[in-house]
Amino acid sequence: MSDMLTIGDRELTSRLFIGSGKYSSNAVIPAVMEASGAQVITVAVRRVDPEAGQENILAHVPKSAILMPNTSGARTAQEAVRIARLARAAGCGDWVKIEVINDNRYLLPDNFETVKATEILAAEGFTVLCYMSPDLAAGRRMVEAGAAAVMPLGAPIGTNRGLKTREMVRIMIEELDVPIVVDAGIGRPSEACEAMEMGAAAVLVNTAVASAADPVGMARAFGRAVAAGREAWLAGPGAVSELARASSPLTGFLGE
Amino acid sequence: MSFYDVLKSVDMASVASALAAATEADVLRALASERPTRADFLALLSPAAARQLEPMARRAHELTVRHFGRAINLFTPLYLANHCVNRCVYCGFNTHHDINRRQLTLEEVEAEARCIAATGLRHILLLTGEAPRTSSVEYMADCARVLAKYFASLSVEVYPLDEAGYARLLEAGIDGMTMFQEVYDEAAYLPLHPGGPKRDYRFRLEAPDRACAAGFRQVGVGALLGLHDWRSEAFCTGLHADYLQSAYPSVEVNVSVPRIRPQTGGFQPKVEVGDRDLVQYIAALRIFMPRAGITLSSRERPGLRDNLLRLGVTRMSAGVSTSVGGRATGQSDPGQFEISDDRSVAEMAAMFQSQGYQPVYKDWQ
Ligand code: SF4
Repeated sequence: MSDMLTIGDRELTSRLFIGSGKYSSNAVIPAVMEASGAQVITVAVRRVDPEAGQENILAHVPKSAILMPNTSGARTAQEAVRIARLARAAGCGDWVKIEVINDNRYLLPDNFETVKATEILAAEGFTVLCYMSPDLAAGRRMVEAGAAAVMPLGAPIGTNRGLKTREMVRIMIEELDVPIVVDAGIGRPSEACEAMEMGAAAVLVNTAVASAADPVGMARAFGRAVAAGREAWLAGPGAVSELARASSPLTGFLGE
Repeated sequence: MSFYDVLKSVDMASVASALAAATEADVLRALASERPTRADFLALLSPAAARQLEPMARRAHELTVRHFGRAINLFTPLYLANHCVNRCVYCGFNTHHDINRRQLTLEEVEAEARCIAATGLRHILLLTGEAPRTSSVEYMADCARVLAKYFASLSVEVYPLDEAGYARLLEAGIDGMTMFQEVYDEAAYLPLHPGGPKRDYRFRLEAPDRACAAGFRQVGVGALLGLHDWRSEAFCTGLHADYLQSAYPSVEVNVSVPRIRPQTGGFQPKVEVGDRDLVQYIAALRIFMPRAGITLSSRERPGLRDNLLRLGVTRMSAGVSTSVGGRATGQSDPGQFEISDDRSVAEMAAMFQSQGYQPVYKDWQ
């Protein structure tokens, strides 16, 4: 069965995206990618230093992976646009995760600025993925502005609190016609699985893997959980019922 | 309302009594809190909390890994000048000290920049004493233009400026600043600063406000530990950082935790701040402000720095020289203070890696 995720002009078999910001060494990244099966890795442009040789994070990204530079550190649309252009000029490709954050206490994204940046970058031919606070109206604006996917947060970045925004994300999945990637907050494989069971197109994980005692083992667990959740979604979960339902109806004898 | 008003509203006598009265139960409650309050922070700084160092350290470690990962930012200070009109009793650059005063020319700045950039560092902190006529805003802006070729981000630790001064630096490419209040207790502040513009306690205290208003991206605050009761000073520092984070949500707030060091002049600190105290301070700060940066300077000795790495610190200096132009010329004037950790950038990086941490050289541009 082929169940590809299409974003922009790329087709993906894995629905797990990996973040690269918090590892003890960039050298573990290839093992994490391999164990998880992830094909997409997000890299903070603010940390990319092409002159840094082996310290340069890009040196550790597997050749086959899709690089998704992110604009973390940007506080305005203008800064995000500048960073995205810089990333493209540095050879990071055309994918960009727009991240505009104006709040250093909870690191919640600024949806308004994100819409503005999306408009500009999509027009310049970027494949734009928008990190956002889950909100249907803002998600629609991002899609109208040309977003290839929207990435609502499950909980604030780095909290490992899980899918706290479940209802909002569920509505976005139902209503928006682009892939919904749950980004941030997912702390356990079971939560990633839950997001996929709900119909999310993919899940992005960073802290949960990077802060695990065994990041490679945790990456593998996430890869499996995401695949399991996807399979469950495709299989169409049975309806939830409050009362136990007898498998043969009690009123069947009444006939048609 | 600036931080001056916030601090004025805090009754320091009741801070002292709350510190003394905190119980172990208060400390445990603070440790378990999802969103620690000022009262919780106070409990974590109290003598009672000194008996809970291990659980505090664990919580601080866990929060730090969660929010910052196993990565640590490296930077180095660059002393542009040691001219100073102030008379801070604890400082080697005190105007009364007979030291060789100099200021780097732009050529010398460039030579220093080349030496630092060759180590891989991309973030630097520019320092001067307080001498607005020699180390003017325009001079700093000129230096910034030279340095921009070599570095991704420039910060200053210089005398307090007015908002227009900060705006001018921002325009020149400097977007971070650190301002040590040194002592938050105003009554204790004055005798330590017997002469010069630094006697204006309020103008200094409100400098981070003005930098934020001017649009700076990153501000740092700190008290110089050893000049006054460390627990109440730590409390005020935390309040300052917390206030800035709330008042200017888009600004990244850092806290430095410097302890006083020997310098020309031989000032003897009044208050002993031991290693255990420093650990308690850092852990309390991390628990109170899970997302604030915490900076540890080379004032601390290598072994201690290695261990503090896991407790909440997110930025460390490396390859430090506190004398003016020390790197390119190899000459070593007496610096502002003696450093305890003279490891090079490469040595620091190797230490981080051996402890399972990634050294980050560039974290913004
Ligand atoms: S601490 Fe700063 S202001 Fe005070 S004497 Fe030293 S250099 Fe001058």
